[in-house]
Amino acid sequence: MRVNRIALAGNPNTGKSTLFNTLTGLKQHTGNWPGKTVVHAEGSFEHKGEQYILVDLPGTYSLFSNSADEEVARDYIIFDQPDATIVVLDATSLERNLNLALQVLEMTNNVIICINLIDEAEKKGIRIDEKRLARELGVPVVKISARNKKGINRLLDTLSQLVKGQIVTTPYRMKYSKEIEEAITKVESKLEGYFDEKYPSRWVALRLLDGDEELILKLQNHKNNKQHEVRTNGVPVSVKS
Amino acid sequence: MESQSVLNHSVLKGILAEVNEVSNEDIRDEIVSDIYTKSKSLCKKVVSQQHSAMYRSDKLDEIFTSRIWGFPIMLIMLGAIFYITIAGANVPSDMIASLFGYLEGKLTILFETMHAPEWLHGILVLGLFRGTGWVISVMLPPMAIFFPIFALLENYGYLPRVAFNMDRLFKRAGGHGKQSLTMAMGFGCNAAAILSTRIIESPRERMLAILTNNFVPCNGRWPTLILLASLFMVTGFSGATGTLVTAGILIGFVMLGVVVTLSVSWILSKTALKGVPTHYTLELPPFRKPKFWNTILRASLDKAWYVLKRAVIVAAPASILTWVFANIYVGDTSILMHFVNFLDPFGQALGMDGFIMAAFILGLPANEIVIPILIMAYLSQGAMLEIEDLSKLKQVFIDQGWTWLTALNMMLFSLLHFPCGTTLVNIYKETKSPKWTFMSFLIPTVIAIGVTWLTATVARAFGWV
Repeated sequence: MRVNRIALAGNPNTGKSTLFNTLTGLKQHTGNWPGKTVVHAEGSFEHKGEQYILVDLPGTYSLFSNSADEEVARDYIIFDQPDATIVVLDATSLERNLNLALQVLEMTNNVIICINLIDEAEKKGIRIDEKRLARELGVPVVKISARNKKGINRLLDTLSQLVKGQIVTTPYRMKYSKEIEEAITKVESKLEGYFDEKYPSRWVALRLLDGDEELILKLQNHKNNKQHEVRTNGVPVSVKS
Repeated sequence: MESQSVLNHSVLKGILAEVNEVSNEDIRDEIVSDIYTKSKSLCKKVVSQQHSAMYRSDKLDEIFTSRIWGFPIMLIMLGAIFYITIAGANVPSDMIASLFGYLEGKLTILFETMHAPEWLHGILVLGLFRGTGWVISVMLPPMAIFFPIFALLENYGYLPRVAFNMDRLFKRAGGHGKQSLTMAMGFGCNAAAILSTRIIESPRERMLAILTNNFVPCNGRWPTLILLASLFMVTGFSGATGTLVTAGILIGFVMLGVVVTLSVSWILSKTALKGVPTHYTLELPPFRKPKFWNTILRASLDKAWYVLKRAVIVAAPASILTWVFANIYVGDTSILMHFVNFLDPFGQALGMDGFIMAAFILGLPANEIVIPILIMAYLSQGAMLEIEDLSKLKQVFIDQGWTWLTALNMMLFSLLHFPCGTTLVNIYKETKSPKWTFMSFLIPTVIAIGVTWLTATVARAFGWV
């Protein structure tokens, strides 16, 4: 049977590890502080006869690869191309959390936005219109409370529909200024043919404009190397890819 | 790959040159600010706030991270944890000890009725059973109390507040504010904290965090500190006052660890790792009520059980080995004593003895096993003490010539000495540098030797011991 690989992304301390434990039944130590998960953890679960492997990525605020943990998260989404990426957002600080979601939407089509800590938000009087958000972002949005196991079934059903192709997403892609957009189009056409088609060419072009040449070379070499070493700010970190 | 053409730096540069009117330094700022703007406008559309009173979390933070109350509250919390641990551990420790003593008597009778040879009784009952019994009775109760309380505090979200309070100090010491987070994690496990230094972007500041992480006591060393503090550090007091003073001494040790961390960071950032600290924003998560029983259960099962298991798995074979080595003679001295005697002059100079040195060296794989090895080694020396209560254990130490100075210096050495094997392996994996891995071994070791030597010399010069 096919095994679906699912990545969990999100800001630090949004309850990714709690959701991970809830879904996989694993006892990964959770803690209420940022930076708990620096290396990704893997666990598996079954839902309605489908097999899933869940990968808990390090919590990060962005995916610009400023630090080793951001690079681990970004590389997993790009190189390992999970069947779906669940972006876990903290309902109580949605604005800051959406920054990461928008970046993930630039990288892959198969995204589910999962708004966690929804009961905490409701206590604070915060209401979130998830249907509207789903329309704006073009991907499914599910509200949950991982701690109290609310909304988990809806999340799993959505996940299974997504991996079976029953939901077609039209992810929102960031639009930038006219200059940047023109440059992206130009670079995108120049880069054509250099990479495997499975990599998101618009995103790759944007990264190159941002000066991330290392990533571009890594993309091309990736096929040949199973295990490779990443240098971040001169500090080498061994990353499984 | 679709195309066989080779992409290299010069090709990339060529592509970029054509569009370089936008590919400048500002592009990252523009991208980020566009993303922020979009998030903001999305939120306007989908989020509605009903009442915006100041949340409980914010009110609590005004107190917990206040300039005046932040530190006192931290110390009081820490003191309270120690107090509960010490006060609560005594009775169950004694109970477990007498249970093992009772079982030992039954086992001895069983061996006698079976006419088992004397050496078998020696190895299995006097070595293995008695040694393991001591380890469980002195280590299990404090851990079963300390770890759950610590885990509750962690899950409430207090640790980031500790980091927040310490942040300014670390910046002044030339380190990264996030170093206070990785340090806080070190209280749990140094080996895991080394991995957590990945959250620090700058390699210089990350190295500072790696090199100094060992100066806060981890799970493996808490039992040593708590046990020795409660046995030796308070003699003039008893009852609740005694417990309070013991808790105070433990706080002192934690603070010493933090002071050493800051001093070493400061010295390194002025010498081998020069640089200016980068700035960052530390996010304070809201206080969350943890799942109370879940946390307690998981901490007891995962942490206390795990540490104990590691201790016993090593202690059991170690007790047999120690018994064997203590009973095999080369010339007129046992193998164990040859090793101990060799280390003894060095140990004495540091206010300790050869046994303690041997325990620290053999305990390199994991700090949990230092106390077990030491107890095994002492128990194998002639007068075998039956397990009855904790005062008996103190008698074992005193019979070996221990004074308050021995206990103090063993605690100091435990706090400051080289990281455990797992931590060293992680440091090597993270830095890929034999030089810095060696430094992370050398710096604490030199400090531990220096500090204990100084304490011993001063105490002896003044005739305090």
